Amino acid sequence: MNSVSIPLPQGVPLDGPAHHEDAYLRIVDLTKRFGAFTALDRINLEIHRGEFVCFLGPSGCGKTTLLRAVAGLDQQDDGTIFLDGRDVSRAEPSQRDFGIVFQSYALFPNLTVARNVGYGLVNRKWPRAKVADRVRELLSLVGLPDQGEKYPLQLSGGQQQRVALARALATSPGLLLLDEPLSALDAKVRVRLRSEIRALQKRLGVTTIMVTHDQEEALAMADRIVVMNSGRIEQVGSPETIYRTPETAFVSDFVGHMTFLDAKVVSPGKVDVGGLVFAVADPRGFLPGTRVKLAMRPEDVKTRNIDAGTPNAFEARIESLAFLGAFCRATLVPLASPKTCIAADFSTNAMRDLRIAIGQTRCVAFPPEAFRLFPREAGEGRI
Amino acid sequence: MSTGLVFPASGAASRMTINERQIAGLFIAALCLVLVLIIALPLWSLLSKSFESADGTFVGLNNYLTYFTTPTLFVSLQNSLIVAAISTAIVIPLAFAYAYALTRTCMPAKGLFYAFALLPIFAPSLLAAISLVYIFGNQGFLGFLLLGNSVYGPIGIVMGEVLSTFPHALLILVTALSLADGRLYEAAAALGTSKARVFWTITLPGARFGVINATFVVFTLVITDFGVPKVIGGQYEVLATDAYKQVVGQQNFSMGAVVGMILLVPAVIAFIVDKIAKRHQVALLSARAVPFEPPANRRVALTYLLFCLVAGGIIVGTYGVAVWASLIQYWPYNLSLTLNNYDFANVEPGGWQPYFNSLTMAALVSIIGSAVVFCGAYLIEKTNAFPRGRAIAQLLAMLPMAVPGLVLGLGYVFFFNASWNPLSFLYGTLALLVINTLAHFYTVSHLTALTALKQIDGEFEAVSASLKVPFWRTFGAVTVPICAPTILDIAVYMFVNALTTVSAVIFLYGTESKLASIAIVHMDEAGASASAAAMATVIMTTAIGVKLTHLVLAHTIFDRLQRWRCRTAT
Repeated sequence: MNSVSIPLPQGVPLDGPAHHEDAYLRIVDLTKRFGAFTALDRINLEIHRGEFVCFLGPSGCGKTTLLRAVAGLDQQDDGTIFLDGRDVSRAEPSQRDFGIVFQSYALFPNLTVARNVGYGLVNRKWPRAKVADRVRELLSLVGLPDQGEKYPLQLSGGQQQRVALARALATSPGLLLLDEPLSALDAKVRVRLRSEIRALQKRLGVTTIMVTHDQEEALAMADRIVVMNSGRIEQVGSPETIYRTPETAFVSDFVGHMTFLDAKVVSPGKVDVGGLVFAVADPRGFLPGTRVKLAMRPEDVKTRNIDAGTPNAFEARIESLAFLGAFCRATLVPLASPKTCIAADFSTNAMRDLRIAIGQTRCVAFPPEAFRLFPREAGEGRI
Repeated sequence: MSTGLVFPASGAASRMTINERQIAGLFIAALCLVLVLIIALPLWSLLSKSFESADGTFVGLNNYLTYFTTPTLFVSLQNSLIVAAISTAIVIPLAFAYAYALTRTCMPAKGLFYAFALLPIFAPSLLAAISLVYIFGNQGFLGFLLLGNSVYGPIGIVMGEVLSTFPHALLILVTALSLADGRLYEAAAALGTSKARVFWTITLPGARFGVINATFVVFTLVITDFGVPKVIGGQYEVLATDAYKQVVGQQNFSMGAVVGMILLVPAVIAFIVDKIAKRHQVALLSARAVPFEPPANRRVALTYLLFCLVAGGIIVGTYGVAVWASLIQYWPYNLSLTLNNYDFANVEPGGWQPYFNSLTMAALVSIIGSAVVFCGAYLIEKTNAFPRGRAIAQLLAMLPMAVPGLVLGLGYVFFFNASWNPLSFLYGTLALLVINTLAHFYTVSHLTALTALKQIDGEFEAVSASLKVPFWRTFGAVTVPICAPTILDIAVYMFVNALTTVSAVIFLYGTESKLASIAIVHMDEAGASASAAAMATVIMTTAIGVKLTHLVLAHTIFDRLQRWRCRTAT
């Protein structure tokens, strides 16, 4: 493949067996500026053959810019892109090998569904019958076998997006790019389509990159998630890794719900939060006296079977309760630290069994491994 | 879903040697070249000519000094300003009331009244003046209404300009007044606000940019119009007739250029005001605004109906008089009907030839113009090659809006008549008239095309590239079919304007390429006003005919071709 050895990007740990030879797409030191604004800041990333990768981040984080750079739609200022071992950094989009689906579908409204799907095939000088066969095959693949003669505007949003997917897959590209493909759809359709896309991608084995700002979508679909923030990669990892062990304050805040508390390290593995001392798992080993951010997820609260031996047990008053369907989110104020507010989720079961109500004082606990510690400067917490 | 789909191994098409980006860049460069030739260089010639003496040496501001210190020249500037100010002051309130009736009341037959008011657009501005001569002239049947004042002069010019600029103001004000957020009126009603206060605090502020814009547009149209003062101005010199006299009569090109530069001033101001107004107007109406529904108030509707009957009636009546005058034997002594006046050979050496020249010219402008404008707008809006070239092309495409026809015509005289210019063989040919008219009406067409292109999904080109389909195929297979109605609009707009334009082409025609609108000027000069009215009637009828055909076609054939726009399958 590629004989040029490029050092592994620093600070971007790769999950799983990340060998150079496996990388279908390799991005090296990619930088893109719009005037004074740096949209992509030395991005390094490898994506393996057959992988489903999500670029996740808030709007303006550079995820779409990165996707468009991969496609060649926006030219980067610096850096290299290798696609299947080939340097495509300066190649035109038509000289790369990808199919793309946009949030707006971008279906040609004046062409029938079948002609949309076959749009890229006609150019290949295939015989008409072969094109028709392929179009039929693709339409049944996306579950729209008899809609070929309709015009895009006569289909629902979800159907239009499937047509766009079929069109992108028609030429059997090596890389499938999805730019927020589900954002314009209703919640229900979105959930159904996301499992369909995932199943289709697995079956075809096509390497896929999806841009999304919806963390739930990324967690549900991706093999690996690339969390981005202000033009940089914050963390790359499996959905589980990203959720359970976020490496930066930004990632932990962006993915899932997180309570952040100002804390100070009192001794190795012990932090103080306004008078309340917690035992924490601290693999990084912050020095005593360091001011840190203590983070915990609301669902990690423990309400049952708490006894004298339970670590981090404390008395707290239930300040407020919000009913959110399957669970209630409570705001807890520890008696020992009355200025601190901690979010905690109680399942509907627990609510009923323990008769939890506003104003009560209860004993709760957070297991030490539920805590994450981050340096004080929130948002810039790169480690 | 079916399983076992065979995916052929993907082989990248690497045999592509031609680069799409380079091709797009070449097209953009060609567009820039064309626009420089037909817009930038003629204007540059005008500018430089105004700083040169008759023999071509640079004299700085001398020509301007001469102009402003010579009372006989300077007086026409004063006259123009007076006439333009009075006409604007009359047109704007009238057009506002008319637009209000069309957009904010439950008046019946709105479409018909709109059509009445737009009538002047389909005729050369000369026609209004010819009619006024028949009505208020020395032998006019309503001459007594002027209380002994002559219609030849400022009175006639103002009346003619009010008539011919009315639809231009109306179009702007109707647009401004139809942008109303119904919620504001509901809120005002809920607070018990009086009608007058609602008008002064909601209606007028909402339309204020339209009013300002219309004011400048009308002012500019009046100050640069050539047709009306030529026919009815008498001894009252204005800038436009002065420029004509300097260039055509006295061959004083330098002074003509100075007048052209002065005419450019109000137009440039109007252009800037329009830009500012547009920016504010857009911000005015949010996506969540609720359309305004005019309240069903019989008394209000009746009042406005009466007003529109009078105003619309005057417009239709005035233009009708010219049509009638073209059909009678000898005004005012023999009122029997005849078609003699349509036998132009009696008064015009070319007979009907000018009319056919006009038709040919308008057809060529319409076909070539819509193609060039639309392809140009596509290259500017949808390709990403050659950014600097696209910026230049966009700037040049916007320029003609700020240049009155008369000024552009002068620029063409200086540029294409210059002995050093290898393109000077075009001077006097129909081809140059086509080019000039295309340039004159470029901006409005360009903006129409841009608007349509902006409404198309911006990712079509990206999708095509990913499918390895070159952009020109998507342009032909998708963009043009989607924009077909807009392209037709542009073609009709160019055709109608090419047919009625006088001011730019009056400097450029040759014996073989005389246009109908110029023949009208000549016949009127020669005293054959009935024949002039006849020719103007023919032009107007043709223009209206083309517009009606367009409307009918758009509603029959086009609707069928655009079936994909319907949400339900048929």
